[in-house]
Amino acid sequence: MAVTNNKLVIKLMGSTLLMFGFGFALVPLYDVFCRVTGINGKVDLTPGTYLSSSDTDREIKIQFIAVNNEAMPWKFKPKEYSMKVKLGQTYSTAYIASNSTPNYMVAQAVPSVSPSEAAAYLQKVDCFCFNRQPLDAGERKEMGLAFNILPDMPAHIKTITLSYTLFDITQASSKVLASTE
Amino acid sequence: MTTGTEQVVEAEIETAEAGKNESFDGAIADTDKNESTTEHHHGPAKGISRWFFTTNHKDIGSMYLWFSLTMFMVGGCMALMIRTELFQPGLQFIQPDFFNQMTTMHGLIMVFGAVMPAFVGLANWMIPMMVGAPDMALPRLNNWSFWILPFAFSIMLMTLFMEGGGPNFGWTFYAPLSTTFAPPSVTYFIFAVHMMGISSIMGAINVIVTILNMRAPGMNMMKLPLFVWTWLITAFLLILVMPVLAGVVTMMLMDIHFGTSFFSAAGGGDPVLFQHIFWFFGHPEVYIMILPAFGIVSEIIPTFARKKLFGYSSMVYATSSIAFLSFIVWAHHMFTVGLPLAGELFFMFATMLIAVPTGVKVFNWVATMFRGSMTFETPMLFALAFVVLFSIGGFSGLMLAIAPADFQYHDTYFVVAHFHYVLVPGSIFSIMAATYYWLPKWTGNYYNEKMGKIHFWLSFIGINITFFPMHFVGLAGMPRRVPDYALQFADFNAVATVGAFLFGFSQLLFIYNVVCCIRKKNQASKQVWEGAHGLEWTLPSPAPYHSFTKPPKVD
Repeated sequence: MAVTNNKLVIKLMGSTLLMFGFGFALVPLYDVFCRVTGINGKVDLTPGTYLSSSDTDREIKIQFIAVNNEAMPWKFKPKEYSMKVKLGQTYSTAYIASNSTPNYMVAQAVPSVSPSEAAAYLQKVDCFCFNRQPLDAGERKEMGLAFNILPDMPAHIKTITLSYTLFDITQASSKVLASTE
Repeated sequence: MTTGTEQVVEAEIETAEAGKNESFDGAIADTDKNESTTEHHHGPAKGISRWFFTTNHKDIGSMYLWFSLTMFMVGGCMALMIRTELFQPGLQFIQPDFFNQMTTMHGLIMVFGAVMPAFVGLANWMIPMMVGAPDMALPRLNNWSFWILPFAFSIMLMTLFMEGGGPNFGWTFYAPLSTTFAPPSVTYFIFAVHMMGISSIMGAINVIVTILNMRAPGMNMMKLPLFVWTWLITAFLLILVMPVLAGVVTMMLMDIHFGTSFFSAAGGGDPVLFQHIFWFFGHPEVYIMILPAFGIVSEIIPTFARKKLFGYSSMVYATSSIAFLSFIVWAHHMFTVGLPLAGELFFMFATMLIAVPTGVKVFNWVATMFRGSMTFETPMLFALAFVVLFSIGGFSGLMLAIAPADFQYHDTYFVVAHFHYVLVPGSIFSIMAATYYWLPKWTGNYYNEKMGKIHFWLSFIGINITFFPMHFVGLAGMPRRVPDYALQFADFNAVATVGAFLFGFSQLLFIYNVVCCIRKKNQASKQVWEGAHGLEWTLPSPAPYHSFTKPPKVD
């Protein structure tokens, strides 16, 4: 009896540990799930391939939005607020950021695409959101963005909105730097 | 292993085929015989150390129940503070930040401190007696899982006196409110949640091992009393989801102190991820708080209807399907976060599906009562109120499950009304019913029936006055978790506050009744209730300190 008790207890403790691990496994699992389905406007942060021509003439509108996260004092706006683009061709534009504070700061932009269905078709060939953006006090910078839209995007999508939220990560990045030194 | 259990285990092996005395209804118990052999070898230890070092399931069950009652009172005082502030619009008594701490602590204490420990206490007291086991399978672990709790809750309550105040981010502690914007005491909160989780997991392991390994000969799975069945399923839910809760608070801890970004968008994390992981725990958690209640009601209604429970096996399957479904509906708490249409539809239909097994259960309870010879003692009154009021809570749940409608109900008092209807007249009433039902078996004395009935009616009227108007203010748009509100909600809020005070103070009657029952001699019979069936009623009242040291035989 005591032996079977011990076996069962070990099994149950094992499943407890397993479920604790599963809690953490949910983090990448949700990520994978979002990426595969394009839910949550979750955008790939790996550079897409350069496309230069395609056989469609389909044109859609893309809008650019800039948002400052609540504690972020920089001035941040898109260079152009909207563009007409052909599917399958690569375009470039930029966002303008200026650090109006008297301190050196580091920022990170996080993209989001709406409608979320379009997220899987909007490819960023190059993007300022791939890197953290350091600016000295008073410095102004044009941050480049090159993108294209895959030609097989569903026909009912006529307008895409690409939004960037700018976060202040000065403290976090200095911590990371300190720990790597 | 303790020597106590080894003795017990040996005795069990020796006498596995020994019991022969027949008692009523097919259950055979030789309790009278083993009483004389066990009574003399050791009773409870003397003094306070009895409670610190006890490994006896009845002692530990009692401690759990007293602990739960204490927390119920503490959480209740917080609820009354909330209701006092909401009696009239405007800020009268407490500051908004303290108000937020009260709503948060009220929720956490009632969920983890009152309802869950009460069910574990009932499990400790009743499961060994119901399956014919001498004690829980792991008595030392049992002692430990109880004694962690007072420390966990001391830590939790301590935060109220710390700089920056206690947790003020709601009992669901959504990030980033509970990470980036939390008061410094959040670390203590995280530690307390870890401790509660460890306690529940150990309790659950104990329950599973007891039920699977310690049943009396002849007590096969489909003969288990329903309270035991529902607790077995609850224990599995606990083992599956409490570690996920531990995981999510660990991620919070890492985000706050170790520079990770699980829930911070700036570092590549996602605040919505918090809600997904939290509700993956949170939804099964609400069934953890209601399945044992289903079991209790399934014990009480047949007793007072003097009929066998209608549809025993369908009850078992319904409970299991509810437990399974609880894992695939979590996102119905998050309809408004921006789920894709397919997600909204899936979670909406999966949620509605839960109404089917729940409906089976309600149908079975009603069918049990149908043409029964019913009497209305206090436990039965509470059980009947459970069936009616829990169904009302279930219906408002169905309304909330409709994704397009939920956009209006989300985060309003309608939600507050819904979950209080399933938790107060649901879980709490079932715990009250269980207490009245088994109190004569625990103490050996009958409680005062008249006082019990008065307590029931005051509670019944009190909670309906408190929570029913919340449906209306919710539908009219009053948000939850606010210390102040627009003038048009004033009347219903005043009514709710009056009801809350009525309900709160009538619980003092309950405490008085329990204390009197322990102290005043009013010898209860072995059978206690005329229509009661099951192994626990073959034991004398009060149940001896060691029961079933020789296992009874069940046909």
